[in-house]
Amino acid sequence: MPDKAKKEFDRDSISNTLIVAIGLSLVCSVIVSSAAIVLKPIQEKNEEEFRQQIILDVAGLMQPDADINLLFESIDSRMVDLETGEYTDAADPNTFDALVAAGDPAMGIAIPKELDIALIGRRAKYAPVYLVMDGAEIDQVILPVYGKGLWSTMLGYLSLAPDGNTIRGLRFYAHAETPGLGDQIDKEPWRAQWAGKLVYDGGDEPQIRVIKGTVPANAPDAMYMVDGLAGATLTANGVTGLVQYWTGPNGFGPYLKNFREDITDE
Amino acid sequence: MSEARTILIDPLVDNNPVTLQMLGICSALAVTTSLLPALLMCVALTSVAALAGAAISALRHRIPNNIRIIVHMTIIASLVILVDQLLKAYAFETSKQLSVFVGLIITNCIVLGRAEAFAMKNGVVMSFVDGLGNGLGYSIILIAVATLRELFGAGTLLGYPVFETVSNGGWYEANGLMLLPPSAFFIIGLLIWGIRTWRTQQVEKPEYQIHEVHRTEAY
Repeated sequence: MPDKAKKEFDRDSISNTLIVAIGLSLVCSVIVSSAAIVLKPIQEKNEEEFRQQIILDVAGLMQPDADINLLFESIDSRMVDLETGEYTDAADPNTFDALVAAGDPAMGIAIPKELDIALIGRRAKYAPVYLVMDGAEIDQVILPVYGKGLWSTMLGYLSLAPDGNTIRGLRFYAHAETPGLGDQIDKEPWRAQWAGKLVYDGGDEPQIRVIKGTVPANAPDAMYMVDGLAGATLTANGVTGLVQYWTGPNGFGPYLKNFREDITDE
Repeated sequence: MSEARTILIDPLVDNNPVTLQMLGICSALAVTTSLLPALLMCVALTSVAALAGAAISALRHRIPNNIRIIVHMTIIASLVILVDQLLKAYAFETSKQLSVFVGLIITNCIVLGRAEAFAMKNGVVMSFVDGLGNGLGYSIILIAVATLRELFGAGTLLGYPVFETVSNGGWYEANGLMLLPPSAFFIIGLLIWGIRTWRTQQVEKPEYQIHEVHRTEAY
């Protein structure tokens, strides 16, 4: 019986083609979207832990098998008003989402086009900073930085020494740059070059940049330059843009100036 | 039952998708720098191949011929997204290392090849077993390559030190070439050579044979 029915059934008919195409699309989309929704809370928790881990990593505090939450407690999170460079209590640094705040008319401001070298359009008025303490002294200042690369917004952390000028490290925790080319921004050995480079040469405008090709060893301004990424020039330009923007006068410039002045005062 | 056994065992060596059919080489180069991502990739690909085989086989009498490849791709893509989401939830660190390669299972020739060549013509259980067998055949090669690359490239296995490297104060000078993609080509090439020396029926006949002609035969 079923064999006979099968023979008469024309699977290449237009009606069957439509039924299979629509039915399959519906079933598959329900499966995929319900999996995405059910698993989302676990994935978000992973992302959050990964973000904290990158902060610890850029600070050089990360140890294998350590409890991330416990390690993270040793870091002092504060909010900074970017315009004045002073600390503020306007928002909670642990729950602050810079991208959401940037879009909020009350919390964010539009960046004038000529200043927008990170290509982000808007930014929040406040930003969190993470202070790594060594006893009572500040050992490192970790700044959140982000900006557009070739394909995606690259989000990361820049760690600076307490002189507000010497870079300790740069790590990215989220980006979607080309695998194998642009994604070198968060791979050794490229990211290791950042340690020891300088942001400012005495003025308020950041000089640090990713160049094309290799930094000549005897260049007088070698400490402001980082090797380019072959095959990923636009990603590398994006990194230059976001580092210069966030260390510049429209980013954390006023805040970092306090650190540089503290040093000269002493 | 013995037929299922043959279908399961055959792709492991005699009809291996990587070393005989030369499929899925791309991911075999990319994810084998260390053993853990390779293992995860094996689990991901094997489960996708088996489940896609079963699903496509169950629908084989209904799938219209002119859209069959798109139907295969839709089923395979949904399964791959499912696996990818599960990995992001339960194996986050390793899924970061695998990056795009889980997504690329969608275009992996082994999965689509078995769907087209086997699942469209055979029953659900047999198609499941066939996907499982081919996934395991791929896994054997991947695990072999990843073991060699991690052991000689970094001196570790699954992250545990086996050879103490010079940089950690030991005796073993890690071979950096092993961590680069070309080394996977060399290892797969050597594996193919080894298998064909053992199973001589896999050796292909040369396409042309130079024929010696004695001068008296030539007019």
